[in-house]
Amino acid sequence: MLRRVGSFACGFVALVAASCGVHAQGTLRIAMTAGDIPTTTGMPNNGFEGMRFLGYPVFEGLILWDLSRADAPASLRPGLATAWKQDPKDPATWIFSLRRDVKFHDGTPFNADAFVWNMERYMNDKAKQFEPQAAGLTRARNPYVKSYRKIDDATVSVTTVRPLSYFPMLMVWPLMTSPTAWEKAGSWTEYAKAPQGTGPFKLARWTPRQSAELERNAAYWDKARVPKLDKIVLLPIPEANTRTAALRSGQVDWIEAPAPDAIPSLKQAGYVLSTNSYPHYWPWMLNNTKPPFNDVRVRQAINYCVDREAVVKLVGGTAEPSVGFFSAKHPNFGTPSQRYRYDPAKARQLLDAAGFPEGKRIPIKVMISTSGSGQMQPLTMNELLQQQVAACGFDVTFDVVEWGLVLNAWRNGAPSRESRGVDALNISSPSIDIATMARYLLSANGGPNGANWGHFKSEAYDRILNRIELTTEQSEIARGTTQAHQLIVDEAPDLFVVHDLNPVMFSKKVKGFVQAQSWFQDYVKVYMEK
Amino acid sequence: MILFLLRRLAYAVPIALAVSAVCFALVFLAPGDPLSSVLPADASAELVEQLKAQYGFDKPVPVQFAKWVGRALQGDLGTSIATGRPVASEIRHAIANTFVLAVFACAVGFTLGVSFGAVAGYFQSRWIDRVVTALAVAGVSVPHYWLGMVLVIVFSVLWNALPAMGMGSSGSADWAWDWEHIRFVVLPAVTLSVIPTSILARTVRALVADILSREFVIALKAKGLGERRIFLHVVKNAAPTAIAVMGVQLGYLLGGSILVETVFSWPGTGFLLNTAIFQRDVPLLQGTILFLALFFVALNLVVDLVQPLLDPRIQRT
Repeated sequence: MLRRVGSFACGFVALVAASCGVHAQGTLRIAMTAGDIPTTTGMPNNGFEGMRFLGYPVFEGLILWDLSRADAPASLRPGLATAWKQDPKDPATWIFSLRRDVKFHDGTPFNADAFVWNMERYMNDKAKQFEPQAAGLTRARNPYVKSYRKIDDATVSVTTVRPLSYFPMLMVWPLMTSPTAWEKAGSWTEYAKAPQGTGPFKLARWTPRQSAELERNAAYWDKARVPKLDKIVLLPIPEANTRTAALRSGQVDWIEAPAPDAIPSLKQAGYVLSTNSYPHYWPWMLNNTKPPFNDVRVRQAINYCVDREAVVKLVGGTAEPSVGFFSAKHPNFGTPSQRYRYDPAKARQLLDAAGFPEGKRIPIKVMISTSGSGQMQPLTMNELLQQQVAACGFDVTFDVVEWGLVLNAWRNGAPSRESRGVDALNISSPSIDIATMARYLLSANGGPNGANWGHFKSEAYDRILNRIELTTEQSEIARGTTQAHQLIVDEAPDLFVVHDLNPVMFSKKVKGFVQAQSWFQDYVKVYMEK
Repeated sequence: MILFLLRRLAYAVPIALAVSAVCFALVFLAPGDPLSSVLPADASAELVEQLKAQYGFDKPVPVQFAKWVGRALQGDLGTSIATGRPVASEIRHAIANTFVLAVFACAVGFTLGVSFGAVAGYFQSRWIDRVVTALAVAGVSVPHYWLGMVLVIVFSVLWNALPAMGMGSSGSADWAWDWEHIRFVVLPAVTLSVIPTSILARTVRALVADILSREFVIALKAKGLGERRIFLHVVKNAAPTAIAVMGVQLGYLLGGSILVETVFSWPGTGFLLNTAIFQRDVPLLQGTILFLALFFVALNLVVDLVQPLLDPRIQRT
């Protein structure tokens, strides 16, 4: 009964093989936080953890992340395209020169036809290869594609709905998968059993909810980046205590997101904790459409009421204080005039000026979730904030809801019925680059038209973004991003609280890992010490 | 008997329909969006609406329900939103894995439960009865979740004697009944067996004590029958009720435990339901709940059919 026929991922076989000393560079067994193996068709679910493990290691886009450095935010590097430029005649069109001699794992050549086929899969719901789930994920992350076409075998163009200088930042999201293998499989369900990308790892085998085994792609097109590891075995272990036990008992070598209270004892037992800044932020998004947060002075005041170090301490040091959309160490953080710190006196001054003298309490309601992707420890963290801002005169009540309701509220915007009239929304999110900042804070993107939940509106910010979008100078993008960010800090559309530090813990045998300042990581240099 | 069987099978139809309607309604009454698992958090409301149309969630709920029932009647439980895999195949794999766990948990739970209960019943009000009763109360009171973690800390982390999670060094498809695989079952099975052990121990204790006080036992003793023969009579009289309880417990175990399977990352029906709930995977939830409900109906039917074979006084007509 239990001997099933069909594809099967015997992830633990790798364990046995490794213990026998068969593989020179070893097998790395990773416990993910996901409850299932992320989908394998080349556009994984399970958020950015899915992209981290079943996305970039196996599949690639025209542009990739440079994840080689720990001391700077991940930047872009050529992937399946060697170069890209704006069409001099039409700034809304980008021309990509494709890398020659790249093959999918099944031997199918990657070329302009394969690119167009994949874009049809994401963008054209009439195409036979249209994949709704992949389309939803890709279009949400890259919402500006209008059309795309093959120019010649090694050149393609993509046209956006309006000129966007930072469009290359969005081309990291559509990943390429083998059209031939899909044609052979006949459906995405069948294709998912043996998918074929172009990445440094191949998906060798997998079993739903049990394990996935990634194998080194010895024929990888970038010879300098052929993985050192023989295999990576991915195990979905959603329960944090189980991940900890699996690491301690030697069943895995690496765990994602250890429980903060388990970190000291794991460190004591000799396991390595790795953290780094990365573009995640955990704010209270403020409702800019009504009092009290339609007044910038009140928004600034609440940012001076929070002792961020205490919040960091609460989460066991696995976060860093957030005083802006970007981390204070980010090269585009800029020099805003508001430098938020715990300063109740300054908050008092601002509130006085805004018409809230001492003794006049300010009731606010905040929608929070009990759990959710990237929400860290929402209940205890929010209770601490509630106590801290009370000292400044804010009487916080919580609308505690299920994670799905928080998502609905975000998507529909602060004025919507789904947001239940709250004054703030606690939802964590990526804060990757100017493209993300534009999606979250442009006035045109007020929900439900975009992700600007609080309907933050600043003509100066919109003007800067407009200028950035229209520029053809890459240096202007960086300069404009810094200007825009300074303005965001000063205008305080959110209560900035902390940035997560993406903690992972692993055995001392794991070597060569450089934790990039990114949601994604590079595993090609990692190896297991004998 | 055939009439009884047909009638019970006919009862299963409205039960299945009612269960389907209730679980369908519950899933839709719960807050959140069925597409949250397939879209990034910051997807625009417009994109959500487009995707809803793709998946058919833009239709009125009664229409969606009717379509789902129509497909389910043809054996098609639909496709998981989160994974794109057929629900029927997901359930088949999960139930096979839960079956392995349930077999071990039953073996442990039923053996210990019957033994403890019989001993306690025979030695009523003596110290051993008090110990068994105390253990049984503790067993039904201890949270599974906590017990599982304690066992993992002791046997996996401190002693490194048994694996902390998973289903074998080579996964479920290569499952074999050897120690290399069985060692993975030990901790989850022991954790899972605590409640059936306790319930059965209490039931059997009460049954044995009751039967021993009946007049026919006194008559047997007066006739000079040995203790062993009397014990057989007690067993025969206690069996129908004990088997009914075992049937219910077996049903619970085969239904899968969300908590135990999650703590041990055991890829059974409990783990499947947990994933489906958190991902708000509507088709997977509906399919799994329907399957488990029908399974309970079938199991109760089997118990009802077995009982008269053991106790001719019970008639099924």
